[in-house]
Amino acid sequence: MSTLTALARAEAVAVGQAQRITTVRHLHVADRPLVFIPLSMAGEANAPLAALVGTVPDDPRLLVVPQPRNRDQRFGFAAELAEVLLPYLDSFRGVTEAVAANRGKEVRYRYVDAPQVLVPNSAGIGFVRMFGRSTRFRRTDGDYPVQPSVPLLGQWLTFLADRAEHPGSGMLLAMTEALGLHWATGQSALEDAHLAALLAWIDPADGLSGADAAVVAEDPLRWPPAGPATDPTFDNEMLAPAMAAYQEAVGSGDEVRRSRARGVLEEAVRSQLGPTWELMWRGVSLLRELPVGSRVPGRWAEDRDVFSTFTLYVDGGGYPQPRRDGAVNAAQRLHRLERALQSYAVQRAYDDPLVMADHRLTGEAFVGEVTLADAHRIDDSGKRRVLRPRIQVTTGDVVLVTAGAVLHSPSRPGQKARVVFVTPDPASGRTDVVLELSGGLGRSLSPAPGSVPEVGDRLCYTTLSDSFMPPGEFPSREETPWTHGGPPKAYEEPVEPSVDDAREEWS
Amino acid sequence: MSSSGLLMPRGGAGRLVLPPGEAARRVIGEVLADLHSGDHRGVVVDSPPGAGKSTLVVRAAGELAEAGEPLIVIAQTNEQVDDLIDRLAQAKPELPIGRLSANDYTATDRIKNYSTVRVAAKVADLGGSSVIIGTAAKWALVPEGRWPWAIVDEAYQMRSDALLRVAGRFDRALFVGDPGQLDPFSTVETERWTGLTWDPMQSAVAALLRHNPELPVHRLPVSWRLPASAAPVVAEAFYPFTGFSAGTTAAQRSLSFTAAGFGGGAVDEALEMAAATGWALYELPARHTLRTDGEAAAACARLALRVLERGAVAVSERSPGGAPVTADRIAVGAAHRDQVAAIRAQLGAAGDGITVDTANRLQGREYDVVIVLHPLSGRRDATAFHLEAGRLCVLVSRHRHACVVVARAGISELLDAHPSTEPVHLNVPVRFPDGWEANQALLGHVARHRDMNSTAVSLPSPGIQ
Repeated sequence: MSTLTALARAEAVAVGQAQRITTVRHLHVADRPLVFIPLSMAGEANAPLAALVGTVPDDPRLLVVPQPRNRDQRFGFAAELAEVLLPYLDSFRGVTEAVAANRGKEVRYRYVDAPQVLVPNSAGIGFVRMFGRSTRFRRTDGDYPVQPSVPLLGQWLTFLADRAEHPGSGMLLAMTEALGLHWATGQSALEDAHLAALLAWIDPADGLSGADAAVVAEDPLRWPPAGPATDPTFDNEMLAPAMAAYQEAVGSGDEVRRSRARGVLEEAVRSQLGPTWELMWRGVSLLRELPVGSRVPGRWAEDRDVFSTFTLYVDGGGYPQPRRDGAVNAAQRLHRLERALQSYAVQRAYDDPLVMADHRLTGEAFVGEVTLADAHRIDDSGKRRVLRPRIQVTTGDVVLVTAGAVLHSPSRPGQKARVVFVTPDPASGRTDVVLELSGGLGRSLSPAPGSVPEVGDRLCYTTLSDSFMPPGEFPSREETPWTHGGPPKAYEEPVEPSVDDAREEWS
Repeated sequence: MSSSGLLMPRGGAGRLVLPPGEAARRVIGEVLADLHSGDHRGVVVDSPPGAGKSTLVVRAAGELAEAGEPLIVIAQTNEQVDDLIDRLAQAKPELPIGRLSANDYTATDRIKNYSTVRVAAKVADLGGSSVIIGTAAKWALVPEGRWPWAIVDEAYQMRSDALLRVAGRFDRALFVGDPGQLDPFSTVETERWTGLTWDPMQSAVAALLRHNPELPVHRLPVSWRLPASAAPVVAEAFYPFTGFSAGTTAAQRSLSFTAAGFGGGAVDEALEMAAATGWALYELPARHTLRTDGEAAAACARLALRVLERGAVAVSERSPGGAPVTADRIAVGAAHRDQVAAIRAQLGAAGDGITVDTANRLQGREYDVVIVLHPLSGRRDATAFHLEAGRLCVLVSRHRHACVVVARAGISELLDAHPSTEPVHLNVPVRFPDGWEANQALLGHVARHRDMNSTAVSLPSPGIQ
């Protein structure tokens, strides 16, 4: 936890209400997100019990598995979920836009919008990943055939879960994490994982303090757990009897009795899902109220790119994602994630002075006033005379950068500032930093108007750089070196699921 | 940490019957014989702290190059590359060496003076060089070319994915490194690869040996850095299955002070203890503190400065007549960067030249006296980060003469309250030594070098941080 977040948490305790830790919203909130609240059955690994899913607050669709231990019913649930999810995904495959690729030599197309799936918490993301794993290798023929939509659903769920690991992506988000990125509460991280308690701190009911509202939110009768795990008391007192009654009704062969028993069961799980559904949409509107950060659309464009690429793969009959990453794929993926994490951290700081303030505290950034400026300074020490304006920035921040370091200013992208002198003044506690500017000055030997800061300007300079990082080079999969086991084996590659895959033990 | 030593019989200092110099020579001979035989695609050499790893790399590089085998050397940091070039150019004044470096690299003074060393950003510009040396990150950007031999230095610091990116550049390789040092890390969640033999988070050597278990693994048996007082302790705590011995005897190394200690109190007593026995524990009263514990930082700084004030003199096989312990021969090590900043602030101008750094950055370096701020000092909990055996191992194996550990009392109780809870994963080799056990072993030893008075009178009573 950063220093300022720790402070905000302490303040939240003192004030009794959650504190904002950002000035802007750092993630994309779609116009038409799909909210998905899965429940699983206790004691069975990732066995779906029920889900509430939909894109409109007042029209949730309830999916129920009356007997989660039954394999056919489980994949019947998958088919029902596919009926909702696949048309939702397809609805974004309309309008495309042209994007220049390969330095403008080529053009590729991407969809102008992309799907966004919201689950209540990170365990919900785990459910998506596991359910994708259990459905993507199923076959539509042979033993245990499933509906054709089921393996397709599995590929998409796996795609979304993989995307959720990607820092800065907004295609599959956990509401608790999305809110926690913007607010600090006065409770522990464990308590923050409970959506009702987290929202109680952020947006308490009338007249209550956040702390009191969070205590109320702990009542599992009023605010059941947001899943996928259910409340054990509910399991014992409501779910188990309702399930048993349904089994009996099925056994009796009486259709009226069966449908009544199913109704009871549906009401029982709806009572567990309904309150969370409300909270999810409250979370969505709270996030929407925040002004969006300027680099968020750029990251969403990346999501749209990835979505467009994957639709092409699926349309081309692409096989399901392999069970495990091969050596080269694993290394490439790690490299991509690390780059994304770094760039996401830098972009958030650039977008948000409050995030940048954390870097100012650690000495990676400072904010100061321009006290001297020589906009027309020419450096003629090299072969060619070049324009190298110098400015002096005076700051009260801690300056830990040293001469020679290259800095950037969030408000002046494309311009580098090399540190020439750092002169602390112990008497005033202020530091003078002399910077030499290059880039973004225009082509002539006199600077373009506005390209050099003027005396009196207040600027932030930081060692964080938002400039393009070239992706790393990796051997092709076939060239996996001997140090890493040589070329990959079949199960590390996407292949058509076999008969054995269909028989896989998943029940 | 390597799994490679798992199946070795328990050794220890007593195992060696040969004199240390001879034992080390034999191992180096075996390594070179394996290289020349051409029977193996890879040879691994495990080297405990200060066991002459660089000497081996320089010698192997020199011999391979002189045998006419074009060779590349892959190191992990620019500093390591410059170190190797410096030593290789001294050892083989005729050998043309190429330094592969980034576009914005400017040659350091150390390597500028060698006429045999050329610096370039592209392999094509280093045509005449018999040996080309660069960092793993730079080699990863070289798209083609294949050399008969590579030497991978500090291979345990290298991540498996970094090896994957450069392994296409060589046919055979010598991997040299210290298995007891810090494991590579990542800032992102890497759980999805746990258990895979090519898990990109393992060290390069771990991945190499899991795919090629038949490769010969040699171990350098003698630490020339650690004194006789430290080698057995470090070997037992961090290298329990392979062990190593000190290359020098207790009589060859001594530390003394030219100025008497008046008024230094507990600080002086700790230093006297360290000078006499090689170890000292400077214990502060038990307390839970912030990570930047002001008292502990002050204590580290005072101990380091006091070594200077009292004019410490180190007698060793290098300088039998005694050499003054100057600021550049003293280091203070801590776990976190903010602790390093706090200690440096406490040192002030008087401590100019004293190295203060984190364990990660002290890897591979050597000093006469090292002050260690114990990673668990003042903590409420013992996380995997703070328990990591490699971290403690780096901190307590940098010294040639004495090591002073600064810690809040209560660490053994903390360890007892936080037994290792790391999950066990299928298909992941068990890691030895376990950080918890290594911490207990080291603490058990150092605690015997506690000055009984220090706790009571160390510093003014704690205030609000």
